[in-house]
Formats: sequence, structure tokens, C-alpha cells
Amino acid sequence: MKSPFLKSLKTWRQILQAHKPLGWAQLSHQKTRLLVAVTGVAFSNILIFTQLGIRALLFDGVTLLPDNLKGDLFLVSAYAPTIDWGTFPIIHLYKANAVEGVASASPLYISTANWVNPEDLLPSNPSDEGSESGDGPPQITLFPNRVKVLALNPVAPVLDIPEVNQQLDQLNAPDVLLFDRLAQEKLGPVSGLFAETGEVITVMNNRRVRVVGLFSLGSNMFDNGHVVMSDWNYARRRGRDSLSRVNIASLTLDPGADLLTVQARLQAHLSKDVRVLTREEVAESEQNFQASLPNGKVLSFGAAMGFIVGIVIVYQVLYTDVSDHLPEYATLKAMGYSDRALLIVVLQEALILAVIGFIPGFITSYWVYGLLTQVTRIPLTMRADVAFQIFILTLVMCIVSGGIAMNKLRSADPADCFRG
Amino acid sequence: MAPIVSVENLTHAFGKGALRKSVLMNVELALYPGEVVILEGPSGSGKTTLLTLIGALRSVQQGSLKILGQELHGARKQQLMKTRNQIGFIFQAHNLLACLTSQENVSTSLKLHKHIPKREYRPRSEEILKAVGLGDHIDAYPKNLSGGQKQRVAIARALVSRPKLLLADEPTSSLDSKTGRNVVEIMQRLARDEGCAVLLVTHDNRILDIADRILHMEDGRIGS
Repeated sequence: MKSPFLKSLKTWRQILQAHKPLGWAQLSHQKTRLLVAVTGVAFSNILIFTQLGIRALLFDGVTLLPDNLKGDLFLVSAYAPTIDWGTFPIIHLYKANAVEGVASASPLYISTANWVNPEDLLPSNPSDEGSESGDGPPQITLFPNRVKVLALNPVAPVLDIPEVNQQLDQLNAPDVLLFDRLAQEKLGPVSGLFAETGEVITVMNNRRVRVVGLFSLGSNMFDNGHVVMSDWNYARRRGRDSLSRVNIASLTLDPGADLLTVQARLQAHLSKDVRVLTREEVAESEQNFQASLPNGKVLSFGAAMGFIVGIVIVYQVLYTDVSDHLPEYATLKAMGYSDRALLIVVLQEALILAVIGFIPGFITSYWVYGLLTQVTRIPLTMRADVAFQIFILTLVMCIVSGGIAMNKLRSADPADCFRG
Repeated sequence: MAPIVSVENLTHAFGKGALRKSVLMNVELALYPGEVVILEGPSGSGKTTLLTLIGALRSVQQGSLKILGQELHGARKQQLMKTRNQIGFIFQAHNLLACLTSQENVSTSLKLHKHIPKREYRPRSEEILKAVGLGDHIDAYPKNLSGGQKQRVAIARALVSRPKLLLADEPTSSLDSKTGRNVVEIMQRLARDEGCAVLLVTHDNRILDIADRILHMEDGRIGS
């Protein structure tokens, strides 16, 4: 029983040996060098992953609001690159509501406000009392942070966040709002305080506000967090006129109405001051705006640098490998191996490095993403399509470096073998 | 009997213009199956150049050079490579691939012959390694072999695909006299058994007696 097993083992070994790629033999022979090479590839992977991750933080973050809006079509000002900046007269919303195929239209008002960390207002805080009675200006401890205010009509809910929609009736009281529990920490431990006492009172734009509920939306690179309030409270703070100009209007279509037909009809009916966009178009326009700013360009550049660093590392490894084995390769050429056969060996090495370098690179990047999410409180997920793109990039990177290293191989002159 | 190598009126020079220096002048040579020929001479006499020309590693400039019936004067790169497939080479440095075992190093030579099935690689290389006395070192890496053992692996590599022509450049120079002797005797025996012609360049007086013919080369000309 033992001997046929051994025999089959031997046959398998023979088959493996006969098919063992020379590239793998070269790489695996020198374990330290292999480790260095794999670390190099992994390092450049981590660089690319991190840069693209930060880029995603920026670009996915700006679509946070559009992604959480109700409705099928959206009206935005034609004169502003981002919905945060542009407003349009509310008359366009009423006009749009009258267009055939539109079931309802609801406005969303967006602005920013100064938010005071409620902890700074607690009477038990000694530094707080000190600053009020002392010489230093009280603004130092009461330094406010910016928060993004989303104001809506409670009877025409415009946000697609169930938690917000369940608490709409609470928004009718004066000076109340809902607070984003995923907001940045510097806005204060609002959700913790709320859970403890059921109510948090603080100051926003020099006026007292009461937090009556929480919801989850998240922050991005520009907004520390969001608060939701009613349009009535919004007008109380910013004047009645503030309701006459809308940042974005969400339109819900009649059931069965064709999106593109209604979009074209709306655009034809409405003035050129507003644009009618689908959800994807709103997100795209926000991202295009980001891409046009230096931030987006810098991060794309960073990813490109990671790619180049990867090429240099892999090229170094392959070049040294080829140089060290030049006499051996020359011998193979003398024996009758073609240039192509040897180029394939170098390519094999490049591809093997790409594959085994990607694995630790991916795992470390996964961890880096977790760390970034923890540090920034901006959700960052490892997306399969990004990982796949980076894997392809790694393959390209290694093949390019292999291609450059091959030039060295051409200098292997078989006639040199005879000169000892 | 047709010669395996026939050289007629072969002339070769390096450099251009005023720096042009002739290394081979009107060389005539023929090698027949089963004979061992030693080529000796002082350095600079053109031995290595002749060897690289016969080994199809250089293009022929002038004269005629036929290997196994194939004229190499004016032959294309592809044809030179094909000719090299049929020649066994042994170099002064063993040039084994450090990352491969003895058996795998020998197999690199078999891989060039598409008609040899892969499952035969191991039995055939084992057989030839046993023939050169390395039956115990079939799966050893070159770094674990002595100089003589490495050179014997190189000989096994050159002979495993049964070439009709074996070219050896100072195969014994890095070996002690006993091992050197042993190595050339293996070459001689295997060459006779396979009916292959051996051309050996050497300075080593201790092995001259294994030759059927000794050619002396000086200033690019062959005497005897």
C-alpha cells in the first residue's frame, strides 16, 4: 500500500518539476530578496490604496446629501457649481409642481451655522466660569464650530432618512433641531448627553437651540456634521425672505411617469436659471466640482506617485535579479534559448511579484481604511471595484518594470561565456 | 563519412578601419563523428574566436563554415539559434543556474527539444547524472556541490540531449588534476558512445593524451 502511494508522489513531483516556471525558481531561491520585493510591491499598493481611499473620502463624502434625498428629479440653480452655494427663487418649484408627471415638489434649504459644543456651556466646567469673569475673551473657550443646517418643511419631507421622518412632528416647536450622531467629535458629545438627559441645549449662531432627536447621516471633509430643522424655525433665524430662495428641490413623479420625458418637459417649461437633474447627475455634478478643485487633483496625483514608486521598486528588484544572473542567462542563450524565452522568465517574475505582493498590500490597506475611518469619522469602505482596479494597476506596474528590466537581458551576450 | 564540422578558408577580424585586427586567417578544419580534438595555443591566438564561430555564437564574416550540413555564412539569427540547439557547450565557468537542482539544470537543455515529453525529463537527466557519477546529487543545489561536481553537472547538461557536436572551453581549468582528468574521461567516453565530435580548447598539458588529434593554433592559423 505504501509503495504505490510513494510512486504516485514521485510522479507528481516529476510533473511539477518539469513544469516549474524558471521565473518562480529564480524568485523563490533567494528568500530575503523575495521578501524585499514583495514588501516593495505591497508598500506601493498601500500608497495607492491610501491615496485613492482619501480621494474616495473626498468624493464619496460630497454625495452624502444627494444620496440621502427623497425624490426622482431635482431642481438646482444653474449658476452655482454645487448645491451648497446656489439658490433659486421658490417660484420655480411651484411651476415645476404644475408640470404634468410631477406628483409633488419639496424644498430643502441649506446653510451653515456656528455651533457651540454643549459641554462648554455646562456650569460645572470651571474653565468656563473662569473665562467669563477673567480677562481673556470668552470666545476662546466658546469657540464655535461650523455645522451644516438642513431645513425642510415637516409636511413635505425631503430627506430619505427614516429616523428623521419619524421625528418630524417634534420639529414644530420653536428653536429645536435634530442632530447627526455621526458628526465630528469636536461638535461635542451631543448623542451621549442626549441619551443621558433626553435633551441637549446649546447655542447656534448666537441663539439657543434644543436638540430633540438624533439621526445618522455622517460628515465629510467640508461639513463637520448636519442638523435638521423645520423651515419655520429656519425663517425665525434668518428672516422670512430666507424661505423664498431654495438650494435644492426634490420632485417626486407620478407613478408610471417616464423619468427622462418628465425631465425634458420640466427643462422646457422652466427658466434657464434652474437645471433639472436626476439623482446621479446631482452626485456627478458635486463630484465634478470637487475634481475641479486642487484637492481632488492633489490626491489623484498622490495615487499616481504610488504607482511610479511601485514601478521603480519592482524595476530595481528585477534589474538586480537580471544583472546577477547575467552569466546564467548568457549560458541559456548559448545553449539555444531564444531572447523571447528569457523575456518570458522576467515577465513571469514580474507577474508573480504582482500577485504575491498584492495580498499583504490589500490586507494592510484594509486595516489602514479602518484606521482612517476611526480617525476621520468619515465612512471609508474597501470597495471591490477599487481593489480590482488596483490589482490591475499592480499587474500593469510590474509588467512595465519587467519590460524596462528586459533591456538589460539583451546585453547578455552568449559569446561572453567563452571568456571565462 | 561526412564531417560534422567543416571549416574552409575562414577569416575573421575585429574592429574597423585602421584598428582592424585579423584574428583568424584562412582556417581549415574538419571534425568527424566520434573523434576528440584538442585545440591548443597561446592566448590571443584566436582559439576562442574559432570556438564561438563554430558554436554559432558569432556571424561568419568570410569563408565557409558548415555545422551538421548547415552553412552558417550568411545564416539568419533564427538559424544560428537552431544550430546552437544541436550543440553541447561546456564553459570554463560552469554557469549553472543557482536556483535549480542538478536535475533541473540538466533539464534546461531538454526543454529546448520540443519532441521530448516532459515526463522524460527526470529519468533522462537522472540517467546522465549517474553516468557522470553524480547519482547521489541529483536533487542537490549547485551551492552544495564541489567545483568538480558542478563541472560534471555542466557536462551532463551539455550531453543529455545527445548533441552531435560538443564544444568545451577550458573545462578543467578550475579543477585539480585528478578531478580534471576524471571529467575529460567522462566526456571522452560519452562522446564515443554517442558518436559525437568533441572540440576541446585547453592549456592543460595533463589531458592532451585523451585527444585523437591535437591542433596547434598560433596567430590565427592552425598548424599541427
